Amino acid sequence: MSVGDRTEKIMKLSKIKEILDAEVLTGADMLETDVDSAFGSDLMSDVLAFVNDRVLLLTGLVNPQVVRTAEMMDISAIVFVRGKQPDENVIALAEAKGIAILTTAHTMYVACGRLYNEGLTGDEKEV
Amino acid sequence: MAELMKLHYEVNGDDFTRAGETSSKVKKTLNQLGFNPEVVRKVAIAMYEGEINMVIHADGGEIDVAIAPEKITVVMKDVGPGIPDLDMAMTEGFSTADHSVRELGFGAGMGLPNMKKYSDGLNIETELGKGTTVTLEFNA
Repeated sequence: MSVGDRTEKIMKLSKIKEILDAEVLTGADMLETDVDSAFGSDLMSDVLAFVNDRVLLLTGLVNPQVVRTAEMMDISAIVFVRGKQPDENVIALAEAKGIAILTTAHTMYVACGRLYNEGLTGDEKEV
Repeated sequence: MAELMKLHYEVNGDDFTRAGETSSKVKKTLNQLGFNPEVVRKVAIAMYEGEINMVIHADGGEIDVAIAPEKITVVMKDVGPGIPDLDMAMTEGFSTADHSVRELGFGAGMGLPNMKKYSDGLNIETELGKGTTVTLEFNA
């Protein structure tokens, strides 16, 4: 990323893991991946209304459609909040699609707030 | 770029957890054919919303995809209940989906609006009790 003001927002998954005290469920080899914006929602259609590159998705839903949504949008990493644990099918689907999954005990509000506070802001550009 | 390619899929209506498999296959094919990733993403998202709709409202259906170098056309046909009020269905936030669908993150009334937003052409033919055919066009 060459544009100056965007550079500050770039954050590696390893940093996100640290900020959220998160556990990596799949994609441990992807921790050097950069994201530069984030979206927190339990409504997948709301997620589908926004398109950006290198987005982190935070959600409290743990069904396979969360991974499908990420797949369609080229989202490389999902954080499940409030200690949610997806079942093995969800993890296997994410693994097959090359999507990292992290889980954090923090609530949605606190998880988003922590990341925002560290410079990972949202991008509200709608299509 | 390859010659015109036609793909046909049956969408299973009784398993919501598998909804999206067809969109996933088409996305993979378009990527392999070398289409612009932005275009591929638009097709994938719009088609995925349509596929979810098919499973939620119409117990599945059939999807035909025609791929040409300049244009991708997706026709999604079901024999479901039809859409009683298309204007309402196109309104953001209007939904007839039940609670179980909402718990899965859909049914927020964004499906058709998102399909319109991401496509370059949207046509919906619907008849109560007969079914709905949604045609999506994308400029490649």
